[in-house]
Amino acid sequence: MTASPGGRALSAPLAGRESEPTLFELSVPGRQASSFRTTSLPEWPAEDLVPGEWLPEAPVELPEVSERDLVAHFTRLSHRQYSVDLGAYPLGSCTMKYNPKLCDEAAGMAAFAGVHPAAPPALAQGWLELLVELEEMLCAVTGMSAATLQPAAGAAGELTGLLLMRAWHDAHHEARRRVIIPDAAHGTNPASVTISGYEVTTVGTTERGDVDLSELRSVLDTDVAGMMLTNPNTLGLFEENIIAVTDAVHEAGALMYYDGANLNAILGVVRPGDMGFDIVHLNLHKTFATPHGGGGPGAGPVAVRTELSPFLPGPRPSLLDDGSYGWTSPPRSIGRVHSWHGNALVLLRAWTYLRLHGPEGLRRVAEVAVLNANWLKEQLRASYDVPYDRPVMHECVVSASSLERDTGLRALDVAKRLLELGFHAPTIYFPHIVHEALMIEPTETESPQTVAALADALAEIAAEARTAGRADAARAAPRTTPVGRLDEARAARNLVATYDQRAGGGDGGGDGAHDSRG
Amino acid sequence: MSAPFVPHTEDEIENMLASLGLSSLQELYGAVPAAIRLAGGLDLPDPLSEPDLRERLEALGAANRPVGASLVCFAGAGAYDHEVPAVVRSLASRSEFVTAYTPYQPEVAQGVLQALFEYQTMVARLAGLDVANASLYDGATSLVEAVNLAVAATGCHAVLCSQGVNPHWRAVMSTFARGSGHEIVEVPLLRGVTNWASLDLASGKAGAVVVALPNFLGCLEDLRQARRLAERTGARLVVCFDPVAAGLLRTPGSFGADVVVGEGQPLGTALSFGGPYLGLFACRLGDVRRLPGRLVGETVDTEGRRAYVTTLRAREQDIRRERASSNVCTNQTLMAVTTAIQLGWLGTGGLRQVALRSARAARYARESLLAIDGVEAATDAPVLREFALRLPLRAETAIERLAEEGYLGGVAVNEGYEGTSYAGALLVATTERRTRAEIDGLATSLEKVLR
Repeated sequence: MTASPGGRALSAPLAGRESEPTLFELSVPGRQASSFRTTSLPEWPAEDLVPGEWLPEAPVELPEVSERDLVAHFTRLSHRQYSVDLGAYPLGSCTMKYNPKLCDEAAGMAAFAGVHPAAPPALAQGWLELLVELEEMLCAVTGMSAATLQPAAGAAGELTGLLLMRAWHDAHHEARRRVIIPDAAHGTNPASVTISGYEVTTVGTTERGDVDLSELRSVLDTDVAGMMLTNPNTLGLFEENIIAVTDAVHEAGALMYYDGANLNAILGVVRPGDMGFDIVHLNLHKTFATPHGGGGPGAGPVAVRTELSPFLPGPRPSLLDDGSYGWTSPPRSIGRVHSWHGNALVLLRAWTYLRLHGPEGLRRVAEVAVLNANWLKEQLRASYDVPYDRPVMHECVVSASSLERDTGLRALDVAKRLLELGFHAPTIYFPHIVHEALMIEPTETESPQTVAALADALAEIAAEARTAGRADAARAAPRTTPVGRLDEARAARNLVATYDQRAGGGDGGGDGAHDSRG
Repeated sequence: MSAPFVPHTEDEIENMLASLGLSSLQELYGAVPAAIRLAGGLDLPDPLSEPDLRERLEALGAANRPVGASLVCFAGAGAYDHEVPAVVRSLASRSEFVTAYTPYQPEVAQGVLQALFEYQTMVARLAGLDVANASLYDGATSLVEAVNLAVAATGCHAVLCSQGVNPHWRAVMSTFARGSGHEIVEVPLLRGVTNWASLDLASGKAGAVVVALPNFLGCLEDLRQARRLAERTGARLVVCFDPVAAGLLRTPGSFGADVVVGEGQPLGTALSFGGPYLGLFACRLGDVRRLPGRLVGETVDTEGRRAYVTTLRAREQDIRRERASSNVCTNQTLMAVTTAIQLGWLGTGGLRQVALRSARAARYARESLLAIDGVEAATDAPVLREFALRLPLRAETAIERLAEEGYLGGVAVNEGYEGTSYAGALLVATTERRTRAEIDGLATSLEKVLR
């Protein structure tokens, strides 16, 4: 397969080698872009409306810019930002697939975006019907029987799921204190366990890359409330002993929690419910293509077995006996987990994505994601180490361990050099149990040409490092991006998290002399 | 089979499989035990083409009634109908912002990082505190995280929370307290504002004192009282604020707030049926190492150029794991970028105009509605841009009938106020978008509904 040049974003896709001033530096006192409706209301002064004790001496200062300057500023910032729309984004565990434009259009429809969340159900029948349908589809995909759509992201889903676990054990008059997670788990898992009031018990991974079953059995007792597991796991492998794992956990009277981060690999092939999971969270911003927005918004619905549905957060969108849609609260609900009904417009995008696919299309999504990852792994075998060498699911974890030993080049350097070659970097140094890990998830929406170009770029980096005289190229990378490697230690040591914290009020240590306020 | 975004041709799939020594896609799943493989397909509706699906979306949308000229919005309760101009919608929908991931590779994420730095600066200024994070999910989550911070900082689990705090936020806080073990004491309202004197402070210690400005019923709370209580009990003072009100009021920080949280929706985000919104979160520098979520800091690159990066990362879940003080990973970055753009559009004068015009509309609406026979004020304290009324009719019924007249007349006060004099009240909100004609129309319609 040839790597057509169309596969790479470009060798230097981003513009702007000079810093963009902050909006505060572009500000000119008295300039104003905003304008408002003509209201014909009496123009009472502030002093008549607010008692003196609440009135400020001076208003809060905000940047004062023209609409034209505002547009230029944020457009320039956007040119300093890599995105899925620009090129491949093979961040392992993040499922950075293409985000369909129809979903954006749906989320922009006034008929959805303009509905007030406290509107009576009669004014939101379309929304409620859509949410009920989404819940049904998510249950079908996971093999569960009911779901809450409230959690705003995966971590919120985890916390919700753990509180459901607690409510379940409370209802059975059991005071269990521990939750088991594998050592390869995402960081949100142990953090969620602690915040939900449980203690973490970690189990190891076998040499084949599965949960260590004998270690698991040795820590299972009546103090264990449940186990959180990602399957495929963070090594990109399907847990071969999954049935033995879920059986063992259930025999101990504990529940199985499915972290849906990697669900994209198995859509339509196998469902978490059939593996023996009781509680499942989904990351709609991964599996169902809702855009990540630079780090959110996401959506993390939680689906459960019938026995757990009475505990779900409420109110829930429901089809009522009279044929209309409304809100109902489960009888033993743990309560609300969101200010309103969840990230509704994200839910709408996921609904749209699901309705475009149908059962066979969704299965094809999973199969091609897995095909891309396996094909990529085979191409990388010549240049990188392949720990846990088995057929992978949606992502592959390779290691720069030998490369580091031979040339001193680390996974970080590989990632930075890849930025110069027109790709976003993969996830690095995760999972922690793999030395110099590169976790690569091409997703199903990257063409064979793009995956081949990615493989070539990664091979090129390794070859270059092993070529005398060229080994330093990667260590100096990236040089073609808007900024080079950053002094991250300085950012933490000398915290400047607002413009006002800048030393001297305007000197950013670089070319910060744009302050028009003088 | 409909997989419209999978580019592979059947030939390409065959070639790739062949190079792996496989003859079918099914063989990729050899590791999945046969016993649990899905026999049939998923039980999902058949796929629709893009044009067919657009029709379906339009049909569902037609069953909604969005706010606008035919349903003038006087509902608030945490979600407000403010002006969002074309320029904000246009910039915030740029795909570079929409389709990026969390800025893990800062060299190619300066756009989002700098926008977040600007957002953090503006939120910290509005709050009157030192630092703000890069956003949380929503107002409720910000409150939960603020209380977690306060409890961790003080080592005391007692939370004294005013009933003037948004009842949904209080509900979320109670839900998560099941895990964290916080002991929440709700402090009732008297004449619309928190009656701190009703507290029986047996133990004398607290981790957090929580109050809202303005509160859920629209009233201005005396934060000095709350501050004194926080000092007496050793608690952090957590203030839930309305960022629009900040255009007209002293900052919570100037009243002595330690942590300021809020719902950012009024600053550029559409009503969106409740989400995605964003949680505002600001605190003092002394608490920054307990700050939940992401924080962007300024630094330099190898050539000394100014640059931005997520910082104090050792606080976060992916590094600290079970010792992390928060599990937040994905937040609401796109909404934070949107908020920064909206605040840039507003500027100093614009935010003040929004607050002033909203308050003027509230004054005019309150006087107009109170002039109607049978309508009474539910609170006595000064209000800003929202107010509660007692009607001689169930608020839910009034809202339904007003909708027939073309008005979303408000939100019924019930949840979180059971058994209080405020239960059953109608909460009416105004923004800078409400005109005299619309308010006169609401008054005429309410009069008709009550007749």
